[in-house]
Amino acid sequence: MATQTSRLDVAAIRKDFPIFETGIAYLDSANTSQRPRQVTGAMMDYFERFNSNIHRAAYHIAEEATDRYEGTREKVRAFINAASTKEIVYTRGTTEAINLVAYSWGRKHIKPGDLIVLTILDHHSNIVPWQILAAANDARIEYVDIDERGELRQDQFHDLLERSPRLVSFSQVSNALGTINPALEMVAAAKAAGATVLVDGAQGAPHQGVDVQALGCDFYAFSGHKMLGPTGAGILFGRRELLEAMDPFQSGGDMIKAVRIEGTTYHDLPWKFEAGTQAIGEVIGLGAAVDYLSGLGMDAVRAHEREITEYAYEALSDIDGLTLYGPPPSRRAGVISFSLAGIHPHDLATIADRDQVCLRAGHHCAMPLMTRLGIVATARASFYVYTQKDEVDRLVGSIKEAQRIFQ
Amino acid sequence: MSSTAADDQFYREYILDHYKNPRNFGRLEHPDISHEEENPLCGDVVGMDFRVKDGVIEDVRFHGRGCAISQASASLLTERLMRLPLNEAKKIGKSEVLGELGIQISPARIKCALLPLKVLKVGAYGLAGEDEDEE
Repeated sequence: MATQTSRLDVAAIRKDFPIFETGIAYLDSANTSQRPRQVTGAMMDYFERFNSNIHRAAYHIAEEATDRYEGTREKVRAFINAASTKEIVYTRGTTEAINLVAYSWGRKHIKPGDLIVLTILDHHSNIVPWQILAAANDARIEYVDIDERGELRQDQFHDLLERSPRLVSFSQVSNALGTINPALEMVAAAKAAGATVLVDGAQGAPHQGVDVQALGCDFYAFSGHKMLGPTGAGILFGRRELLEAMDPFQSGGDMIKAVRIEGTTYHDLPWKFEAGTQAIGEVIGLGAAVDYLSGLGMDAVRAHEREITEYAYEALSDIDGLTLYGPPPSRRAGVISFSLAGIHPHDLATIADRDQVCLRAGHHCAMPLMTRLGIVATARASFYVYTQKDEVDRLVGSIKEAQRIFQ
Repeated sequence: MSSTAADDQFYREYILDHYKNPRNFGRLEHPDISHEEENPLCGDVVGMDFRVKDGVIEDVRFHGRGCAISQASASLLTERLMRLPLNEAKKIGKSEVLGELGIQISPARIKCALLPLKVLKVGAYGLAGEDEDEE
């Protein structure tokens, strides 16, 4: 376990990621991260040595599969400091986790006329499920706006809280601008106003970690694939008394205690929410990813990202005709959205691709935010534990090349 | 940085020229046909206004915003459409549009290149929905 003061040994870290042998500069980790050998190895171990279904078979490889699958739950519990593994529900990712809450909690608790508070910074996955719920249950949605720095307007947030919203849901970190929201203060204020609070941690958990008990939220959702783990495995944390009172999301095998013609008794937490055969290998891989990040230490992860972000912010600021969006580097995660005068982000991304620089271009699943900013798309560079300054330099080279081509 | 030749091959001079100096750019007053489409993935927008007389496209203008590929493709298409019988315009297919661009388009960008054709087809046929398979 690394200490708070330790720095990441990026050269050593990169040796764990075979993909970098291809020579790519990977600047799209906010989209999906790369995965180290430790993660793919843990998954291959399952597939090749003890592949079997969990929770039911009597033979020893199935016991090992069950142990490893359930073992991830304790690793995740410790990683986010939840009180109990019963509060850790496996999902396919953040999207499914939020949909689970919207369906199982929302349909029961959101009443006609209720107010749901979201933010203009949110990812579509933290907007659309609530829009569907609001339409079904005749509720209203208000969105907290941003200021000119791309930070949430806290004055407006507090005004909305005075209208006693039933639910407040916001992202810990904006995937499009990198804005780090003051989650601690926002959760406390929303709880004081009597709201149930969900925090979308898709960009928070991988980059700065979380202590859900200190944060005080009711639900916290995140994805494995953005934190060195595989796709198809994510987490919903929910406070136990809320999860206990909720109906299942999907139903069928493995989420029941007893099924009789007269009716069904659901399984205990957290299995009540895990219907059907699960993504066993992926969950095991997520456990290895949590181990990897815990070994680095989240303070060291954050410190490295901050250093790279400051370096990139400065390098990009020096380029003529380049507009940066969002807060200054000290107040943002490892995400930089920008645009170039006269060059569409997609054209830049195509030119960068010729230099093996992987860059995101588009609306980043945040169309309301793009509309608010009066743009249709940005180019976005995002960083992680393995990002080195050389990759940022290569991006700068691609930008200059694009400017040369577009004269 | 060794791929300058490949970049220039993709962003050929005439593509950039059509992007920077789009032909038939603007709006028509009282068009007979007017239609706009958006590429939901990247937010590219292309719209076209047509004046049709005796079954012939008398005038065409396009408007929009987006990447070099979508805007150059729109500009090239309007050149082809000017004074073309509407019946023939309806027959223009994907391969013709891609051939006109004259570059290899990656799967990720093909929707950009074909957005103007979609505007033409949906507008000309008065269709309301998708016609992705239109050939």
